Amino acid sequence: MSTIKILVVDDEPGIRSGISRVLRNYTVGYPFLEDDFNFELIEAGTAEDGLDIINKGGIDLVLLDNKLPGMQGMELLDYIHKQSLDIAVTMITSYASLDLAVDATNKGAFNFVPKPFTPSELKLAVESATKHLYLKRMTKRMSTQGKQLRFKFLSVLSHELKSPLNAVEGYLQLMQQKMLGNDIEKYEEMLSRSLDRVSGMRSLIMDLLDLTKLESNSASREAAKIDVTNACRLAIDSVLPIAIQKNIKIICTPENEPQFFTMIGGDLEIIFNNLFSNAVKYNRENGKVLISIDASDESLFISVEDTGIGIAEEDISRLFQEFSRIKTKATRYISGTGLGLSILKTIVDSYNGTIKVESKIGEGTKFSIQIHNSI
Amino acid sequence: MIGLNKTVLLVEDDIDYLEQMAIILESFGFNVVTGESQKDGEKLMETTTPDLIITDLMMENQDSGFILAHKAKGLYPKVPIIIATAVGAETGLLFNVDTEQDKSWLGADIILEKGIRKDQLHREINKLLKL
Repeated sequence: MSTIKILVVDDEPGIRSGISRVLRNYTVGYPFLEDDFNFELIEAGTAEDGLDIINKGGIDLVLLDNKLPGMQGMELLDYIHKQSLDIAVTMITSYASLDLAVDATNKGAFNFVPKPFTPSELKLAVESATKHLYLKRMTKRMSTQGKQLRFKFLSVLSHELKSPLNAVEGYLQLMQQKMLGNDIEKYEEMLSRSLDRVSGMRSLIMDLLDLTKLESNSASREAAKIDVTNACRLAIDSVLPIAIQKNIKIICTPENEPQFFTMIGGDLEIIFNNLFSNAVKYNRENGKVLISIDASDESLFISVEDTGIGIAEEDISRLFQEFSRIKTKATRYISGTGLGLSILKTIVDSYNGTIKVESKIGEGTKFSIQIHNSI
Repeated sequence: MIGLNKTVLLVEDDIDYLEQMAIILESFGFNVVTGESQKDGEKLMETTTPDLIITDLMMENQDSGFILAHKAKGLYPKVPIIIATAVGAETGLLFNVDTEQDKSWLGADIILEKGIRKDQLHREINKLLKL
């Protein structure tokens, strides 16, 4: 028998004791599980008390009223969501509106039980939340083993490969049907969008090759003493064509003085390429990219600062997820695969390193990376 | 092409698909107003009265299209709504609005798979608008 700890947050004592009475001797079992679940109940009359109990840890499920004296249920939900706590929240409220439901769902609420509810409605809600919790934890365990992650990666990947194909195919069909008449000039936009999508697909394939190299652990992945300044110069050269088009100045300190660090050469190349191409792509015309490098025997510090569009604070945590691209009006025409930064993070992690992102919308972004000698 | 004097509100976050659909709808003789997100769509609904709404399903949120459809039905109960999605092809999930009950809770009049042929799309629209 496993025990699910339920916290009931409601300002009406009658509701709290009613819920406790219904669930105290309730157990649920699932055909796919050997173990049954029973429930331990903890009560709180305010969201503040609820918060204290949650912070002590151990809570699995919260039955949460919205209308409370002082701190509201939604605020507590928001806290649980922002802290990414492994807790399922079921809202119990008598003022359920669509807006509230949408808001709560966006903040990660698992379910809604409108008041008043019958004991069997409550049991049903608790049963489904328990199943949800169990499956979520199972998925988490699988994903740490890499299985689930792989599956998700492949399904997103096929979507990412298919969508440029669909776009290009769509444009080709429109052109074949001469939808805009016989004047070839009118198709300029379609042609250039098609070419953009094709080159986006090419970068995706290049990124995938980077990933394959990282994951294959082949013999070429041997650490060597590398001149970091020189590697930096080579990487700058590869983004120079785009930088010149947008009149962006790239300044590296130190400029020429060799600095050495022992690591896998290909890794450093990927780090530089990703950081520099982002700093140029998301920059404004006549902008600047400031690179600074500091290598010692023990660690390597790299920072890259741009004068670009910047990243909203709430988007920073999503930056390093595979295939996550921050969608805003400012990024719509900038092509990207959504893989670059997740590859970067994989590499930095493999050197027990850290990545720091500082950014201001409209002013620019600074990536600071520190990695350590693993030999 | 003869103008129909009818306006389609088209909401889609893939700018290429948006562009292509807009060209196709204009070739059918519609005026086309476009938005790139659920938020855009909601704003446009306040300023234009469309004769037909075509929206993507997954935009900012996985259920953006459903929410947009729901809000549109509140504002313009008589305006038909098409949800165009690739969800079926990609996930194997099936949505349909064959019964009145489905229609009432989904808010959409039909759900079309993206990549539907031009003439099929034209037929479906004409049916909805009784043209």
